Amino acid sequence: MTASLRRLRPRVITAAALSLCLLASLVTAIALGAVPIAFGDILAALIGTPLDGFSGDIVRAIRLPRALLAAGVGAVLAVCGAYLQGMFRNPLADPSLIGVTAGASVGASAAIVLGGGVLGAVGDLSLVSLGAFAGGLVAVWLVYRVATGINGTSVATMLLMGIAVTALAASLTGLMDYFADNESLRRMSLWRMGGLDGATGARAVVMLAVLALLLISMMRVSRGLNTLLLGESQARHLGVDVERLKNLLIVLVALGVGVSVAVAGSIGFVGLVVPHMIRLCVGPDHRALVPLSALGGASLLLLADTFARTIMAPTELPVGLVTALIGAPFFVFLLARHRELIR
Amino acid sequence: MSLLEVTGVGVALAGTSLLNNVSLNVGRGQVVSVIGPNGAGKTTLLRAIANDLQPHCGMVELAGQVVASIEPRRRARQMAVLTQHNALDFSFTGFEVVSLARGPHSTGAAMDRRICREAMEAMDVAHLSERLYPTLSGGEQQRLQLARVLAQIWRAEDADGRLLLLDEPVTSLDIGHQHQLMRAIKTFAATGVAVLMTVHDMTLAAHYSDTVVVLNYGRCLASGRPEAVLTESLINDVFATQVSIVPHPQTGKPVIVGC
Repeated sequence: MTASLRRLRPRVITAAALSLCLLASLVTAIALGAVPIAFGDILAALIGTPLDGFSGDIVRAIRLPRALLAAGVGAVLAVCGAYLQGMFRNPLADPSLIGVTAGASVGASAAIVLGGGVLGAVGDLSLVSLGAFAGGLVAVWLVYRVATGINGTSVATMLLMGIAVTALAASLTGLMDYFADNESLRRMSLWRMGGLDGATGARAVVMLAVLALLLISMMRVSRGLNTLLLGESQARHLGVDVERLKNLLIVLVALGVGVSVAVAGSIGFVGLVVPHMIRLCVGPDHRALVPLSALGGASLLLLADTFARTIMAPTELPVGLVTALIGAPFFVFLLARHRELIR
Repeated sequence: MSLLEVTGVGVALAGTSLLNNVSLNVGRGQVVSVIGPNGAGKTTLLRAIANDLQPHCGMVELAGQVVASIEPRRRARQMAVLTQHNALDFSFTGFEVVSLARGPHSTGAAMDRRICREAMEAMDVAHLSERLYPTLSGGEQQRLQLARVLAQIWRAEDADGRLLLLDEPVTSLDIGHQHQLMRAIKTFAATGVAVLMTVHDMTLAAHYSDTVVVLNYGRCLASGRPEAVLTESLINDVFATQVSIVPHPQTGKPVIVGC
């Protein structure tokens, strides 16, 4: 597929604007907090120069891991949203709305109940991630199977399946709370309370590794996704191995959402809002949409997290509250605008 | 040997027989139209040829190879399909939609761009290049989709043997564009492409096809030159109606008039 003329300028402008925005939000996220840190000190701390007081340690041990984690989670959720929307051929698909996030939470809880605390911090993180990945996988697969027939995806069925999966997930988590012993119950509630404030260097690295994997996979799936937007049989007639592409996408989305749920809890609507805004600027071509969504998602979650931890300081709001506050009205707006698409 | 050879194909879905022992051939440069009433199995026949449906008996061969066994990307360079419904809710531009057709090729961006532009000119949609697909009218979308399938098999050197399958390509078009499109298809066929399409307008089919195939209840009732096949008795019988057939004042081809 060749880019048409009207797309080139917006792409360059959006890419430049989003890169600047990401850089600015990264600096803001590191500078703002209980102890304000000057711009010069941030640079000094990042290159390892010793500083007076605790500024250096605050930047390196607390703010930087958290900022990187927030950026990584935001980027991954936005990319997963773009993949889901392409796969469902529907701009209303979002990991939290169709139940993938809820499925991943059940998987994570199950991993904590069944095996938590025996493997140490790093082992626990990978076990919980694995559980969340498995839970997310089951959820996407289930929703996709039920909502998509030969005539495409039914938005109504997709959203209703999201409700069903989320309800099932809530009851399963409740059951686990009921049957868990004291130790696992404590661990589960700790994990559930944890959001980005549980950021560590290790979590940030895991999240950025998943992001790297998603961005590398982008080169394999983008062209296929563009063709898939024409329709499944149309894509098949254009030589796309549709089944393989869909299976790959399901695994990638489950991995991205699963790991982000494991390291940062449930954060909704990033995958809905960001790709939609990017599409308005540069069009639906996934070769531009996916990387730009990653930039946009990273900036959005960084800003939301900075807002969440500074607005009522020293109390921190859960960042999921902030994204839902932006995302839910946006979703209502989209529903009102796309009413004719909802069959 | 013909480029497309369909021999004794039968298709059944959920216990209902949709196609029964259908055979037909389309040679390079030939335009073949399938006519028949609603539910006769026209679309099913195209889908069986396009490998969307697996026939339970019979064989579909393209350039001597069983269609189902051709590697998908290679098949996409040999065979382009226009289906009836082409819903697309995402705001691709006209040019982007057409250029999706070059996915199975590795001919380079410059050549792809040139081919897309030529195909769009042939379909009279060059002016829609920068317009957004969902904002176009049904007829404009249809012509863009046609330009897309033409661009997919535009050059003879990209494949050995090219087949174009069209399911009701003219349905939502005005009379001017109906004829323009049929002429474009005819010109395209003359470059060595085998064309098989379903058409409802029998006058149009008679005017532009080399062969007309009549399908009813999943069976092939007649096939041959339009003048020979399209008789009043056959049409009255198949469509359960009363028609008159008069020769066209200029070309002498059959014109079907209702009542």
